[in-house]
Amino acid sequence: MSTAGTSLSQSAASGGLALSVEGVDLRFGGIHALRGVSFAAAPGQVTAVIGPNGAGKTSVFNTISGFYRPAAGRILLGDEDITHTPVHARAGRGLARTFQNIALFRGLTVLENVKLGGHHTMQAGVFSALVYGRAAREEELRLRAEVERKVIDFLEIDHVRHLSVDVLPYGLQKRVELARALAMRPRVLLLDEPVAGMNREETEDMARFILDVQEEWGVTVLLVEHDMGMVMDISSHVVVLNFGQVIASGTPAEVRRHPQVIEAYLGAESEALA
Amino acid sequence: MSEFLEYSLLGLLSGGVMALIALSFVLIYKGTGVVNFAVGEVMMLGAYIYYAGAVTFGLPPWVAFALALAVIGVLAIAIERAVLRPLSGQPAVAVLMATIGMASIVHGGVEAVWGGDTLSPPTLLPRTPLLLGEVLIPGTVLGNFAVAAVLIGGFLAFFRYSKTGIALRATASDPVTAATLGININYAQRLTWLLSGLVGTFAGVLIASSAGLSPLLASAALSVFAAIILGGLDSILGAIVASLLIGWVESVSAGYLGGKSRDVVPYVVVLAILVVKPYGMFGTRTIERL
Repeated sequence: MSTAGTSLSQSAASGGLALSVEGVDLRFGGIHALRGVSFAAAPGQVTAVIGPNGAGKTSVFNTISGFYRPAAGRILLGDEDITHTPVHARAGRGLARTFQNIALFRGLTVLENVKLGGHHTMQAGVFSALVYGRAAREEELRLRAEVERKVIDFLEIDHVRHLSVDVLPYGLQKRVELARALAMRPRVLLLDEPVAGMNREETEDMARFILDVQEEWGVTVLLVEHDMGMVMDISSHVVVLNFGQVIASGTPAEVRRHPQVIEAYLGAESEALA
Repeated sequence: MSEFLEYSLLGLLSGGVMALIALSFVLIYKGTGVVNFAVGEVMMLGAYIYYAGAVTFGLPPWVAFALALAVIGVLAIAIERAVLRPLSGQPAVAVLMATIGMASIVHGGVEAVWGGDTLSPPTLLPRTPLLLGEVLIPGTVLGNFAVAAVLIGGFLAFFRYSKTGIALRATASDPVTAATLGININYAQRLTWLLSGLVGTFAGVLIASSAGLSPLLASAALSVFAAIILGGLDSILGAIVASLLIGWVESVSAGYLGGKSRDVVPYVVVLAILVVKPYGMFGTRTIERL
């Protein structure tokens, strides 16, 4: 693991970037989905966004991805304002994500799905050779093949690489989706409920993969997750949303003791959370 | 026996060009979800531009053909941008009506400019027939099939192995996720319309230069709809197999039952197969798509 990890981090993009959400307001007609949401994911750390159903977690993710345009506020990747960058162009800035419902391309093999993660690193077609030059293009192709191979080894999906993703069990599909996101060589990785629907063992595997990704690649990880045990175990920073607003943020221990968080999760009369 | 062989061979060979028309349709349906009823008209327009280049302006046939490809390519991109992109997200029926409208415009325009007579554009391919034992195969039929086979083979390889082809399949399967991976959806859809237009032009010019050119050419696409439905709307492989089958049925029925039966028998066969196998010829088996 460690030797593979060293060269893996070399072939990955150089380290994580900070991701900042600044005063984001999002409205759908009369519904105020996000109200002045601000938080930051520190570079190379795991940050979790938690909150009850309907709190706005997925809205935050979709705004960062670029599916929603906020009415106010900014999204910063490193120092760059990406609020108005098209969805597909954010991949080139180092942003990758997985989806709550597995979003693999059905009918394509595991390897084809993973290869699509490398798509953005090179413009398709005839012009790329002219733009990049032949040697640079070949170097890029070699690097991509290496990243794909390592990602597949890393997530332990080598034995299914030529199978269609449709036939894989749920837990493996989730891993393939993570592999595809890693093949993008991201600097910020958004994980939307990475362990939803998984059993204990699959959850532990996934938690280990996420920690390895963060440690060995230095990627910034932002995750939305309902599994509190997992969130508290792997996150260094937790942001709590309720009714479209940030009600608390801090280390897992701080957030766990926060009265408003306890109220949001367990109702007003509860005294303590775990 | 040799009669049957001859009908079968001719039918399969003509099915090749039909498969090109089917490909032109399936590309757009699979890639953008649009049921394009203007496939036949695009094909016909390409053939008329070829005719205008080669006969009216006296260009060499290959130059005229390149001109037709270029004009249809530009047109396809313009239609995608000006008509279809603004309609994206609208009900499928609205988009379908738009394609029918475009078909009428092209049809009317072609008749206004060139009239309804049958024209004879020069052939692109050698006319030397091939004698296989007792079976004589016209050179154009053979040439048309060869061109169709090479093009279709090229497309299958393109979708299977090339980066852009895989990206197009991904976009067809799930545009939202494709965008997060850095695939430009607008570019992918534009490329899909361009490829479909070019394939249609190939089919139109091949048919026109071997069987003559009139506005009726557009209706050749109608019999292809039977093949598309039979093969599965979104499956290139299914469309190819079904096109060959329908070409064969048309030819054999025309040979034994007279020329008129070719307009009826293929549809009867399609209906019969769909009654027995409602999911198309491939049953419930998943077909590798696009």
